[in-house]
Amino acid sequence: MSNTQSNRFFFNVDWITVLIYMALCTIGFVNIYASIYNPEKSDLFNFGSNYGKQLIYIILGLILGLSILLLDAKFFSVFSPIVYGLTLLLLLAVLVIGRKVAGNQAWIAIGSFRLQPSELAKFGTALLLSRYVATFNPKFKDFKSIMFAGLIVGLPLLFIMLQPDTGSALVFLSFMFPLYREGLSGYFLVIFLGLIVLFIAHFLLPLYITIPAIILVGCFFIYQNKRKQKMMFSITIATILAICYLFMVKLIYNKVLEPHQRTRIEIMLGLKTDPKGAGYNVNQSMIAIGSGQALGRGFLLGTQTKYGYVPAQSTDFIFSTIGEEWGFAGCTVVIGLYVFLLLRVINLAERQRSTFSRVYGYCVASIIFFHVFINIGMTIGIIPVIGIPLPFISYGGSSLWSFTVLLFIFLKLDSNRMGFI
Amino acid sequence: MDNLFNRKYTVQGLFLIVCLILVGKLFYMQIVSDKYFLLSNSNVLRKIYTFPARGVIFDRKGRVLVQNEPVYDLMVIPNQVKEFDTLDLCNTIGIDTAGFRKRFHKAVVQSRYQPSTFEKQLSVQTYAALQEKLSNFPGFLVQGRTVRHYPDSVAGQFFGYVKEVSPKDIEDSEGYYRPGDYIGKSGVEKQYNDILRGERGVKNMLYDARNVPQGSYQEGKFDTLARSGEKVVSSLDMEIQKLGEQLMQNKVGSIVAIEPATGEVLAFVSSPGYDPNRMVGRQQGNNYMDIFGQANRPFLVRPISGYYSPGSSFKPLDALIGLQEGVITPDMTFNCPGGYWAGNHFVRCEHVDGTISLRRGLARSCNTYACYVFQKLMTQTRFKNQKLAYDEWESKVRKFGIGQKLDIDMPYERKGILFTSDEYTKRFGKYWRYTTVISLAIGQGEMSATPLQMANIMAIIANKGYYIKPHLIKSIGDKKIIKKDYVQKNYVDIDAAHFEPVIDGMQDAVNSPWGTANASRIPNVLMCGKTGTVQNPHGKNHSVFIGFAPRDNPKIAIAVVVENAGYGGAYAAPIASYLTEKYLTGNISGGRMAQVEWMKKQSVLPEVPKPKIKLAPKTTDSVAKEAAPTAADPKKNTAANHLKSGETTK
Ligand SMILES: [Zn+2]
Repeated sequence: MSNTQSNRFFFNVDWITVLIYMALCTIGFVNIYASIYNPEKSDLFNFGSNYGKQLIYIILGLILGLSILLLDAKFFSVFSPIVYGLTLLLLLAVLVIGRKVAGNQAWIAIGSFRLQPSELAKFGTALLLSRYVATFNPKFKDFKSIMFAGLIVGLPLLFIMLQPDTGSALVFLSFMFPLYREGLSGYFLVIFLGLIVLFIAHFLLPLYITIPAIILVGCFFIYQNKRKQKMMFSITIATILAICYLFMVKLIYNKVLEPHQRTRIEIMLGLKTDPKGAGYNVNQSMIAIGSGQALGRGFLLGTQTKYGYVPAQSTDFIFSTIGEEWGFAGCTVVIGLYVFLLLRVINLAERQRSTFSRVYGYCVASIIFFHVFINIGMTIGIIPVIGIPLPFISYGGSSLWSFTVLLFIFLKLDSNRMGFI
Repeated sequence: MDNLFNRKYTVQGLFLIVCLILVGKLFYMQIVSDKYFLLSNSNVLRKIYTFPARGVIFDRKGRVLVQNEPVYDLMVIPNQVKEFDTLDLCNTIGIDTAGFRKRFHKAVVQSRYQPSTFEKQLSVQTYAALQEKLSNFPGFLVQGRTVRHYPDSVAGQFFGYVKEVSPKDIEDSEGYYRPGDYIGKSGVEKQYNDILRGERGVKNMLYDARNVPQGSYQEGKFDTLARSGEKVVSSLDMEIQKLGEQLMQNKVGSIVAIEPATGEVLAFVSSPGYDPNRMVGRQQGNNYMDIFGQANRPFLVRPISGYYSPGSSFKPLDALIGLQEGVITPDMTFNCPGGYWAGNHFVRCEHVDGTISLRRGLARSCNTYACYVFQKLMTQTRFKNQKLAYDEWESKVRKFGIGQKLDIDMPYERKGILFTSDEYTKRFGKYWRYTTVISLAIGQGEMSATPLQMANIMAIIANKGYYIKPHLIKSIGDKKIIKKDYVQKNYVDIDAAHFEPVIDGMQDAVNSPWGTANASRIPNVLMCGKTGTVQNPHGKNHSVFIGFAPRDNPKIAIAVVVENAGYGGAYAAPIASYLTEKYLTGNISGGRMAQVEWMKKQSVLPEVPKPKIKLAPKTTDSVAKEAAPTAADPKKNTAANHLKSGETTK
């Protein structure tokens, strides 16, 4: 690689995104340090401790990211089917030889290194989906293309569900956004949101309220569209389907979900108050965040954090440390950084010449968005406890590197946006 | 693709909206609501209280009257309780499993994370047994504190008792008290509560999620140490207090003894009493109800709230006021034909003494003499009418403390009864005169005094004209602080010279063969006194004696009231003489010891039939002999009764 090439290459990388990335990693390190800080052993560079390890992960992640930037942009498009196939194989393997961690068979242990294939599956799927859209340019108006895209997303989702790892599986719903951007009807998005709203309503309200409510809404739309017979027909069908869905949810909920999942959902919806039971994590996390008030208790001064009241605080509940020690100000900054990153990635995606890069960009933004929403939503009690990490911030090499790879592949594609892939 | 390009805004908009929802919820949790802030503090912050020991109370000679004894409260932190052998715990502290559940539930309701009392005041023995096994009972801990202990079991009503604060106490204290604190509920414990209670100590401790203490909050900036209550020296003399209580066994009444020079109360007996140790510990509530239900109201503090007509013991005041006003001289004589005609009714004497002077009049308790003096006082020409004369008389009597609170340092003192002229006008109409109220001359009628007031009158006479407010606490704290009030002399505006003849009369009352209390003469001690027999509308007359000793440089002034015990010479005077002798000489001389023992055994409770009292003189020869002159007294009582009834009918 010649000097000029290299200069051009670095010039083209969106350094603003890299800066946000590094900011989030730093915030992660600081708060992991705080959440496992022990006044007796406060050696900042203790590599045996978890924050020491995280520091290594961050450095390695940065190296990983930079080396991705040095790869040929064509590589990702070309090898996407192979990456995808490989992740499917790994997902299958994990079902057979995986280690059980917290009830889920999510990990493959290779020596001391533990691999979480569901993390890899996210960008494997993202790559293949982008490749598919770029190659066939489907507008998702026909059943066949929707089915095909559904298959690409659905296969890994199915395997992950089997582990079972509901959290990671849920993240696969984020592929709805790139598909929507590429032509999938807005109705799917509306239906998708509607299903979620109905799902929550099912828990909060009894059937004798939800069903009449659905019928009332249906009647309202029929009245609105009384001139259009076709619409009236579809609305009637939709109403009936919504009611069926409610019953189905009830059935699945009672027959399929495991008791601990059920309690989690019920506690999140405020149906059960059991501070020492399954709701304990959320309760303590909310106390931590709420007690931060406007400006937080200060670095290393959060009592909830310092005295270990929030379980899994350095991983899934890292946001509670931020909330407690940095307050509303800190929370807003972190969420602001994410919003900035998401909007930035979407904007970058839209400036791509290649469809592959654009679709992939949407995939990256959507995956990060889902993680952020579910994770923070969980720590402040508006989403059930679903164990997925907060991107770039949560403790753990596997999660940090997979997000790094995800993001830096896009940055590489973007730096090469003038070329054709 | 242009038409699809706009979908970018839908996606970005959706991201933004969802993130705003997150921020909105955060805004509510962190800015609007302080619920989480408080919850977080209650998570980590535990206030560990240490209870102070109350101040120790000594008697005037430095002997411990009230001390503290360690007890142990079993506490529980519900969320730390794990499975354990419930039955073992129940057996160790002596409760049943139902009681266990009840207590545990109560603790859970109070707080899951903070220690609450599970069982109060375990004895040292129970604590020792429990301590060995405590590690088997996770979540349970023991907190030490102290309760009162009375080594000699004396002066229950004097000390009062201490109790855990009630919700009302907590409310009234405006945040000072917390559940579990102790407060003095009566007597000295109540009066001096602020001095005796000390200060509770508090440690602000931080606890982690596993409830392991993580050190103190802000380096103990807000921590305080418990400070014991101040030492207090009471004016009581433990020995005569004890003797007084023994002498008053099975009798209803009071003894108050005062050191005239200082106003210090030497003995303060209210009978029936109770063992103060019963008002301590886990049985306090039950014992309280038990004592409360007993006959003759043991909780009534008779020395300061019992009302008695002073009766003949008022006569020294007649003489003193008469001398001061100049209406009589010590040598002036009156004729006692066995009674006095007041208008159309007759005040009878129990003797026919003929010519009688002040000294003999007092010694013989002559009603006629007293009435003449009263008549002279009321008919002085310097007053426009008798009402004004009465006003002057009343104000003089009031100076002696009758009808006035003496502000003793004890709650629930009552002031007694002394009518103003207006009150008489209200009762008898405009035209009453001295003959209408002649019974005041002999301490009857609309006049009541507490035993404390009677003893104080003796202190005034002993001091020849002044008193220092009687008080129960001599000094406070290590610096021996004495209240200013308790060194100030209160003069009664009678010249010192006028006391001599009156004291002569009182000396004769005890020491001359014709005195009404000569059976109670103390060998080698010149006691001056006056018997009284107080009519009791509800039953037998009360026996009263007031006096002081020795005659020169008096050390003790005393009032004894024994209810339903008949004439003053029979019970009150001997009891007073024993206490006085004991106090002045340190013991009781030879033959009198047997009388003391006899007196201790006597029961004159209202239910007891009369014959028992009549047996009194027969027990020892000396008493029998000496008791003879006083035999006249009972008839005098009936005279007083007649007089009273005669008055009310007319
Ligand atoms: Zn007479």
